[in-house]
Amino acid sequence: MAEIHLIGRAASPGLAIGPVTMLTAAVARRTASDDPAQEAAALRAAIEGARAEIAEQIKTIQGEVADILEFQVAMLDDDALADPAYGVISEGIAADHAWRLALDVEIAGYRAAEDEYFRARAADIVDIRDRVLAHLSGVDTVARITGGSIVAADDITPSTFLAADWSRGGAIALAAGSPSSHVAMLARARGAPMVVGLGPLSWNGQLPALALVDGDAGTVIFDPEPETRRLFEHRMAVANAAQAAVDAGRLESARTADGRRIAVLLNIAAPEDLAGLDPAICDGIGLVRTEFLFEASQGLPDEDAQYAVYRRILDWAEGRPVTIRTLDAGGDKPIAGLTIDNERNPFLGLRGIRLSLARPEVFRVQLRALCRAAVHGALKVMLPMIAVPSELDRASALLDAEFTALRAEGIACARPPLGIMVEVPAAALRAEDFGAAFYSIGSNDLTQYTMAAARDIGAVADLNDTGNPAVLALISQTVEAGRKRGVEVSLCGDAAADTRLTTALITTGLTILSVSPIAVARLKAAIAKVRS
Amino acid sequence: MHDAHASRPGETPVPLTASAVLVNKVGLHARPSVKLTQCAKGFAAKIELALAAGGPWTDAKSPVKVMRVKAPQGATLHFRVTGPDSKAALAAVLALVHDGFGED
Repeated sequence: MAEIHLIGRAASPGLAIGPVTMLTAAVARRTASDDPAQEAAALRAAIEGARAEIAEQIKTIQGEVADILEFQVAMLDDDALADPAYGVISEGIAADHAWRLALDVEIAGYRAAEDEYFRARAADIVDIRDRVLAHLSGVDTVARITGGSIVAADDITPSTFLAADWSRGGAIALAAGSPSSHVAMLARARGAPMVVGLGPLSWNGQLPALALVDGDAGTVIFDPEPETRRLFEHRMAVANAAQAAVDAGRLESARTADGRRIAVLLNIAAPEDLAGLDPAICDGIGLVRTEFLFEASQGLPDEDAQYAVYRRILDWAEGRPVTIRTLDAGGDKPIAGLTIDNERNPFLGLRGIRLSLARPEVFRVQLRALCRAAVHGALKVMLPMIAVPSELDRASALLDAEFTALRAEGIACARPPLGIMVEVPAAALRAEDFGAAFYSIGSNDLTQYTMAAARDIGAVADLNDTGNPAVLALISQTVEAGRKRGVEVSLCGDAAADTRLTTALITTGLTILSVSPIAVARLKAAIAKVRS
Repeated sequence: MHDAHASRPGETPVPLTASAVLVNKVGLHARPSVKLTQCAKGFAAKIELALAAGGPWTDAKSPVKVMRVKAPQGATLHFRVTGPDSKAALAAVLALVHDGFGED
């Protein structure tokens, strides 16, 4: 039997070898009643059952996967999805048939889309359709995949993907599909190689037993000759060794070429950003944004909800320092019911610490939650948009008051060190005047306020340059103030992840850089090349 | 017939309208649609969106209908909002679009 080479599109990188599992659609049968009212009730129950099942799955997962499932819940929650089906049922059509008709129209709409991202959503609607059909018939139609196998199919749904164990290897080879599909996103997140668009998978007689999937090149070889397989296995061994070297580098602490130790911290926007990350890749967390807690749909979070989130982050860090920034709303981050609408120039308006001091009833809740969380690790608290020392002093007095009140109530608490973000030129120029426990340079705002140029306004974006000598001078001045006062200075803006600036930043005397988790390995590699 | 009827405040509310360009990478896609509809549902006002200033208008509280619009990156989203909290609602949905729905 000759080996079969198929060329498609790479959807998730990596190499895999394994036995082939062909997925074919399972068809469930159900007996319909003649009563349209009963059929409508059956559909309603099936939709609710499917919705509850997904909601249950969401509880156990986080991040991208949860987003995908939340999309399905939102669609199932929306009567607009099932309305056409109920219409057909009232004319005497069985619930399963009606649901399939209605959803197939929806699916066809997505398949006809010009935009690939919308075309890729067809697989999600198929998933929703089949899940509800399974509930209607009472049969589990989600195909089961054996761990470590190469799944060959026309297309696969997120449910099918999630039902398989990908920790034992395995890969996906699809006749259709899209690199923009949710399954492709899931495959990339789980490290499962995936190739799509292979064209019709047709076999002469016997089904293939073994397949090699090259998720880098976008090719699949079914039933390889022994020599092809040997070469492929050699490539896999080389690739695994290279990956191990990169992973090891991520766990090493960062040093410049001349041996200076640079601390690399993480910036995160929510605890979900830490999912699956080994805390050993970093020296702590340099910036936790807390705006996500205040998103409009959820309203203002109470003390216990905030405490639980802060504590989870401290637990993850296992004793490494964690710097949480108090609410930095306003500017480009409006929060319903809190920030001022239609400010003429929101970046120069009531934002950051200014808003917190103007709304002490909201600020106090956050400070209390932070004091309670502080007993669970090395917590530091930083204040955004500080311009004058009195802002720090007022916030410090509020923190003291909440700490004292908690202690008086007998609640476990600690007073975390209070530092400031240096992002207003006034604070950078006079950093020494602030009695802060640490300085954290917010390079995005410091750059835009120094250069008077926003980075999202194309016509002036080239002026928005953290490498400009004026901005670097303000950074140097802040580092010098920290040295004189004996307090730490870090930098947590996007400039920290821009490896073209690494040498310039380290030359200012900075020894602590904070970046998003994805930039850690790249930054460490850039630091290793710096010689000052 | 009362001619004054139409001009009495609160009886025939004039819709607020505004538009914003979709800046996030993938347009009004699965996650952005969910975020937008969740945000819209937080207001009592009737909130509609369209790809053109003259409509056709789509209920911004329905993820199924919002997804059917298939608004790609770079498209201009027009909003039409009517109701008691229409000002806050319009500000909130516009902020979400300007912010790229919090995506990269």
